[in-house]
Amino acid sequence: MHPITTSHYLVLSAALLLIGTLGVLTRRNIVIILMSIELILNAVNLNLVAFSRHLDQVTGQIFAIFVIVVAVGEAAVGLGILIALFRNKETVHADEVDLLKW
Amino acid sequence: MTETIFFYAFALLALVGAILTVTARSAVYSAISLIVALVGVAGLFLLQQAEFLFAVQIILYIGGVMVLFLFVIMLVNLDEAARQRQFNRQWLLALACIAGVAAMFFYFLSRGAGAFQIAAAAPARAAEGNTERLADALFSEYLLPFEIASLLLLVAIVGSVIMAKKRV
Repeated sequence: MHPITTSHYLVLSAALLLIGTLGVLTRRNIVIILMSIELILNAVNLNLVAFSRHLDQVTGQIFAIFVIVVAVGEAAVGLGILIALFRNKETVHADEVDLLKW
Repeated sequence: MTETIFFYAFALLALVGAILTVTARSAVYSAISLIVALVGVAGLFLLQQAEFLFAVQIILYIGGVMVLFLFVIMLVNLDEAARQRQFNRQWLLALACIAGVAAMFFYFLSRGAGAFQIAAAAPARAAEGNTERLADALFSEYLLPFEIASLLLLVAIVGSVIMAKKRV
């Protein structure tokens, strides 16, 4: 078997990113869209950690920590918006929220 | 050898979890699959000697964010939504775009794969652990971004409370 190199991690991270993007683009349920965004940010973290190990520098992992901080804030605010939306419009589907569309 | 086995095991966990997250009909199943995917990614962090991020991933993502998601799923009535159409009308176009981007990604990754062969054996630093190195950099070189991140978390807390409140 081949030893695991950085490019293995890059391919896996690209695949996770694409799956997450597919979820954001195709799903209607906002909760699942938010979860797909978490998936995308995890793919980015995997990439950063892979390069951090490849270059033997700790900077990539520090950026991964900041990405996690932003992801947590995004999840909290996004779910707050979702609750406010559900209270006002009784829907969790992204394509039914079209008040600004004409 | 063991690293190869563990890499493929965790990669399989992450990919299967991710695909189930995106395709599951019920949001609860989707959240459980996302937990599986996050565990897979956490294992990959451990495999790359990022022990601190492994712990953060388990405690913060799986223990914190996913519990928040499950709370909201219980709070918001999703039974009606699970019975309706799950994908929007542009799903075919989105699939085509993703396929195009995927072809581009894997073409360039396969062309550049030769550049990444050296990383097979990273030099192990026995003197100081991963968390120690991380803390050294975080509290000296990246002190200002660290403080700004704490401010961002404060803003997120206030914002989410105001968003979820009944009357602003």
